[in-house]
Amino acid sequence: MATNTQIPVADRRPPVIEPGHTFSTITEKISNIVLKRPISLGWIFGFLIVFSMMNLLMLALGYLFIKGTGIWGINIPIGWGFAIVNFVWWIGIGHAGTLISAILALLRQTWRNSINRFAEAMTLFAVACAGIFPLAHTGRPWLAYWLFPYPNTMNYWPNFRSPLVWDVFAVSTYFTISLIFWFIGLIPDLATLRDRAENPWTQRIYGLLAMGWRGSARHWHRYETAYLLLAGIATPLVLSVHTVVSFDFAVGIVPGWHTTIFPPYFVAGAIYSGFAMVLCLAIPIRAIYGIQDFITLRHLEISAKVMLATGLIVAYGYGMEAFMGWYSGSQFDSFLLWNRLHGPYKIAYLSLLACNIGIPQVLWLKKFRVSTGWLWLISFVVLVGMWLERFIIVVVSLHRDFLNSSWGMYYPTKWDWMTFAGTIGMFLTAMWLFVRVLPMISIFELRTLLPEAHVHEAAEVEK
Amino acid sequence: MSESPVYGLMAEFDSAQDLVTAAHKTHEAGYQKIDAYSPFPIEGLAEATGFHKNRVALVVLIGGLIGGLSAYGLQYWVATITYPVNVGGRPLHSWPSFIIVTFELTILFAGLSAVIGMLALNGLPMPYHPVFNVPEFRKATDNKFFLVVFSTDPKYDAAATRSFLQGLAPRMIAEVPS
Repeated sequence: MATNTQIPVADRRPPVIEPGHTFSTITEKISNIVLKRPISLGWIFGFLIVFSMMNLLMLALGYLFIKGTGIWGINIPIGWGFAIVNFVWWIGIGHAGTLISAILALLRQTWRNSINRFAEAMTLFAVACAGIFPLAHTGRPWLAYWLFPYPNTMNYWPNFRSPLVWDVFAVSTYFTISLIFWFIGLIPDLATLRDRAENPWTQRIYGLLAMGWRGSARHWHRYETAYLLLAGIATPLVLSVHTVVSFDFAVGIVPGWHTTIFPPYFVAGAIYSGFAMVLCLAIPIRAIYGIQDFITLRHLEISAKVMLATGLIVAYGYGMEAFMGWYSGSQFDSFLLWNRLHGPYKIAYLSLLACNIGIPQVLWLKKFRVSTGWLWLISFVVLVGMWLERFIIVVVSLHRDFLNSSWGMYYPTKWDWMTFAGTIGMFLTAMWLFVRVLPMISIFELRTLLPEAHVHEAAEVEK
Repeated sequence: MSESPVYGLMAEFDSAQDLVTAAHKTHEAGYQKIDAYSPFPIEGLAEATGFHKNRVALVVLIGGLIGGLSAYGLQYWVATITYPVNVGGRPLHSWPSFIIVTFELTILFAGLSAVIGMLALNGLPMPYHPVFNVPEFRKATDNKFFLVVFSTDPKYDAAATRSFLQGLAPRMIAEVPS
């Protein structure tokens, strides 16, 4: 087992952890960010900005609850609008965390140990933001519990043949599993914080959360089994969530939705935007908190490669949509293609092609993959591109379907924009707090990356 | 010293390798009730202390099966018995559309069983434990490695066990008050 962690001599890639670290320096460096580092003016200033943005959400939702969805730009051909665009965008972003923690754990990609914790946190916050939209979009969010099957006096049950009901199960399961996966990953680190905290209240709070973890060998043994099994079941789950989201579209008959390529194309797009968000957050965080030792250029470069690969799958999806528009011979499908390129929303489609296919191709060059500034910018462009993709899928497909008597246009209102900006604020507020109250890098998993952590089986023979 | 109840004897080690070697030797010397503590999972350590029964996987399997069966059962019951809706004469038991919720609930129940099962089998949450009484034990979540022989072990003897542990060259030995 020890062999798979030895780095071959010929490997000239930057290391996963910079040399010179020991168990205690890792513990100290990461836990001090939470326990010792004073709160800076910059942190407070940034927090005020993102917190105000979050309050835009409260305002927009408050007004929505009073007036109803009429305050949004949605209308009859375009009944979905921003609510679903943003829902799909946020859910997509939420894919990177569990992908990194589950799939890469199964593949024994040990470099993921430095980025899984905050990617998982990002997943949780993104899924929480996503969840707001369909709830608000139901029109009467106080009755949203009707979506769940429970015995009721109306003798009424959800329709399990509807993709919208599947979505409720997929998203709520995804949130729950991501939460418990994140939490059990945190337990040993919470114990570390408990044992290092000096303030009795801090000690008590972390002690309560750590549930008395003491690092017993038996506990670790069961812990590792549980973690591995969670990774195993979370792997198909990650792939299923966006698949189910894509069914919301693919099961409908609207041109631009009714295609079998949607599930893989959505999943690839989700991972694409998820890694873009990981990079957008990791690049500033590693610089601000001085953790370049743990989140090295190697991590950034690998993430850039994942982005490039999934971006090409997404490009294939666009290509296939265009091909089917022509090859199907269906006038509605070929009109859809024409409408994307020449219709009233052509700016959005052309920007989408630039953001998602054109610009990210520079990642073929190592220069861009290892330059933090460029990488941040490209990731941001990808996030914009993926948002546009959802806009194209939802709005452009709906606004001109079969009958031109029912064509329409969609213009988002200020409430749409406020809700969207508000969820970004909520997401950033949660991240802002997270980096200061929980260890943003998994301490115990980083310890296992040090060569001292590996025990040679020969030792038991020599006794 | 008066006869105060003792939970066990604790030995501290510097490296993971030392701890595994010490655990092996202690187990082979005939001690049954021992435990080892480390700041990260160590391959083979639990086995070295004589721990082999790990039932987490079984709990997860049972949880997953319950989740899947109850999800399918619920959908079958709703769609065909209690709330049948005729959509264009299609079959009420339209099983392909029940697969997704069945899948999701299998995952959900299996995942919850993994976490709750792991915690329950480990006896957590347990905020107080005698090993926390040893001040050096704080380092068990940082960079030190510990071995404890419990006083309930039939072979336990305050003096003999102490001198046995001394032979393993630990950094220090401490009595764990109960």
